[in-house]
Amino acid sequence: MVETTAPRMDALGDLRKRVQRVGPLVGGSLVLLLIVWLAINLAKDPATFTKAFLIGVTNGSVYALVALGYTLVYGILELINFAHGDVFMLGGMMSATMMVSVFSIGTGESAGTLWPALLASLAVAMVFCGVLNASIERVAYRRLRNAPRLAPLITAIAMSFILQNVGIAWKGPNYVSLPVGILPHGTIFTIGKNAYHWDDLIVVLLTVPVLLALNWLVQYTKQGKAMRATAQDREAAAMMGIDVNRTISFTFLIAGGLAGAAGLIYATYFTSIRFDQGFQLGLFAFTAAVLGGIGNLPGAVLGALFIGLVQSFNNTLGWHAPGSDWTQSIVFSILILILVFRPEGILGERTPEGG
Amino acid sequence: MDLDELRRLRHDLREALARPWRARWTALGAVGLTEERWRGWPVTYRRAVNAGALGLLALVVLAPFSGFDLGALYTWIVFATLYVPPWERIPLVGRYIPALGMLLVVVLYPFYNDKLYTVPILGAFPDVHTGVVMLIFVMMGVGLNVVVGYAGLLDLGYVAFYALGAYSAAWFASVQFAGQNANGSPKRFWHFGSIDVDKALGGIHISPWILLIVAGIFTSLIGMLIGLPTLRLRGDYLAIVTLGFGEILPQVARNGDNLFGQNLTNGPQGIGPLDPLGFGHTLHRAIGLPANYQTAANGDDLFFWTAIVLVLITVFCSLRLRGSKLGRAWIAIREDETAASAMGIPLMRTKTLAYAIGAFIGGVAGAYFALFTSSANPDSFSLNFSVFVLVMVILGGMGNVWGVLFGAAFLAYLDQAGLANTGAWLNQHLGLTIDVPKYEFGIYGVILLIVMLFRPHGLIPEARRKMEFELGVHDEPLYDAVVGADHAAGAE
Repeated sequence: MVETTAPRMDALGDLRKRVQRVGPLVGGSLVLLLIVWLAINLAKDPATFTKAFLIGVTNGSVYALVALGYTLVYGILELINFAHGDVFMLGGMMSATMMVSVFSIGTGESAGTLWPALLASLAVAMVFCGVLNASIERVAYRRLRNAPRLAPLITAIAMSFILQNVGIAWKGPNYVSLPVGILPHGTIFTIGKNAYHWDDLIVVLLTVPVLLALNWLVQYTKQGKAMRATAQDREAAAMMGIDVNRTISFTFLIAGGLAGAAGLIYATYFTSIRFDQGFQLGLFAFTAAVLGGIGNLPGAVLGALFIGLVQSFNNTLGWHAPGSDWTQSIVFSILILILVFRPEGILGERTPEGG
Repeated sequence: MDLDELRRLRHDLREALARPWRARWTALGAVGLTEERWRGWPVTYRRAVNAGALGLLALVVLAPFSGFDLGALYTWIVFATLYVPPWERIPLVGRYIPALGMLLVVVLYPFYNDKLYTVPILGAFPDVHTGVVMLIFVMMGVGLNVVVGYAGLLDLGYVAFYALGAYSAAWFASVQFAGQNANGSPKRFWHFGSIDVDKALGGIHISPWILLIVAGIFTSLIGMLIGLPTLRLRGDYLAIVTLGFGEILPQVARNGDNLFGQNLTNGPQGIGPLDPLGFGHTLHRAIGLPANYQTAANGDDLFFWTAIVLVLITVFCSLRLRGSKLGRAWIAIREDETAASAMGIPLMRTKTLAYAIGAFIGGVAGAYFALFTSSANPDSFSLNFSVFVLVMVILGGMGNVWGVLFGAAFLAYLDQAGLANTGAWLNQHLGLTIDVPKYEFGIYGVILLIVMLFRPHGLIPEARRKMEFELGVHDEPLYDAVVGADHAAGAE
């Protein structure tokens, strides 16, 4: 961002500056309160606290995969891809179809039948969502690249609604359910009364390699270099011989693939998915991306874990937790506070991939 | 399909449609009517021929669907009377006559709407009850147009203002805050100008007319409160923040039956019934104004006429604002924030005012809706609603009040009855079994997408907005740079 001399401020601008100065103070005290609240909860009921923590990590891992997609796309196009959450939802529905109708996986299959089916479904869901996401970019966003800012944003909302209705047309307006306990449910370790199961671990285990692979792709491959260059300056990148359109398509492909993986994990872990869940989860994931600093890959994962933990602590803890009725409000309040006081997020880099 | 191919297809299609129109003089010349001779005719003759041609065309299109129909004939006669005679030659009042005539047609709607014919595919004309809902939507559309169309700020949480308006009307015109004494009798009374309300009834009962204003002021204050910290954000972040508020407020409304032990919103059931709207018995006896809309035999008609008055005020204010110094400042900001700021436009104040005025209109619309349905219910306030109003503004043409009026009325009709009718017609004639209203928002999505891709300035665009879309604008936000500078200064 080019530094400009500060323009003439009116009274409200001065107020804003003052608000910004007290921002860290307010934020600091909020975080302190949060820590105190968590500590009291931990002291009162360690078992529930641990359980909430483990659930939070699992939820956060799913959010992380979706949040990465938002961050990648925002990094390269500066576009909030509202349709991303719905791509994730369609990925979940695709996985449900693959697991139930194609491979007819039921509860408690042996590892020999489960794993090939799971991996095949993963591949199908990732390719499906990747291609879907890239075609959305091709059809809807590409021609609006130089239009006023509102245009692509409104188009993204339109795409989101269209995809939701594709979901309705495909699977109906009710929950699509999978057999409960598709993933192996054996206990790995027990803390107090709380057991940590294999299916929780699978969620985390799938997320970590994906993140590492993505980091490698962006930092160490030629394609990743092209992505970083395009994100920094599209015109200069084009002058250096980078095919900008192809790079953007590739980014959407990767983001869609991540959403597909998240869809599979969500569908098999929670064993039900509905057409409108994508948008909701997408907004949470977007909050995570903003929290971590939009455009910043590790930031998105960190933010997602944070949001996952906030959600599970809020829903599960016993002492003065607002409860699941308020989850949405809390997550969006975090989003608004972050945007107002620290728009660059926790990790504080404005452009993606260190630009 | 390739997009270039699509574009070529569109071009070819347009050409094919335009060719007969361009060739019309050749055809008419064959029967002795050349363009020069046509231009030589008095304007009234020409208009009469136009109206006749339009009537013939309508007859050809309508007849296969519903046959010849007296209602259609009357519609044509009304149109012809407003269009053909040279009204504009009458000094002073002449040029307003067609517009006033249109207004009269709308005002008299409750008297003839049941005698109207069936429009092909879309179905019958809406009843008066639907008409009221449509007018409320029109108001919301005009309100959102101030924010999105004039100032270019994307607001995805407009429903929040609507909800606030509805609840502020419900709070002060119901038994919500009655409380209870130990013996079960209501603890608080406050009556001020309410009509046909038992004086022994607890709670706050203020005249609903005052409440319309109070709701607007309250909502615009909240709008400013939301706007102050967030309006400096760039457009897409602002969209997200407003969306966040749009999700938070309905949840607060849903959970508000136990906010720190207080029952603020009565939770999922909502608040109701509300006090009736009306002019009271004194005015009724004195000059015959309706005393009480709820109990009146023609209650829907009364709500309809009142809604027309509200829409007229909104449209008038909106048009006047557009040309005012403030309106021009909004457009300057929309086109180029940096240049606008350099010219001395206070960005924050101007944007906040746009937000507050939009919120005011949304609040009044929400309050009126609550009074009309006599309840405020959290279920009606969802993101879908915000997007629905946004589609109205965008379909009609961002920034152009007339376009928005058209878009809002059309979409509200689709929402209330048109989609179901169209679906039934399609299913009947094509042998399908699709539940069309189920895909309502998918259809809006498609409309939004098509408009954004092929006609981003809307169906009836404002000339200036159209130019912006064609020539491009410099809408890089200014405050980003300022935030960057702040942090750079902090780091030193």
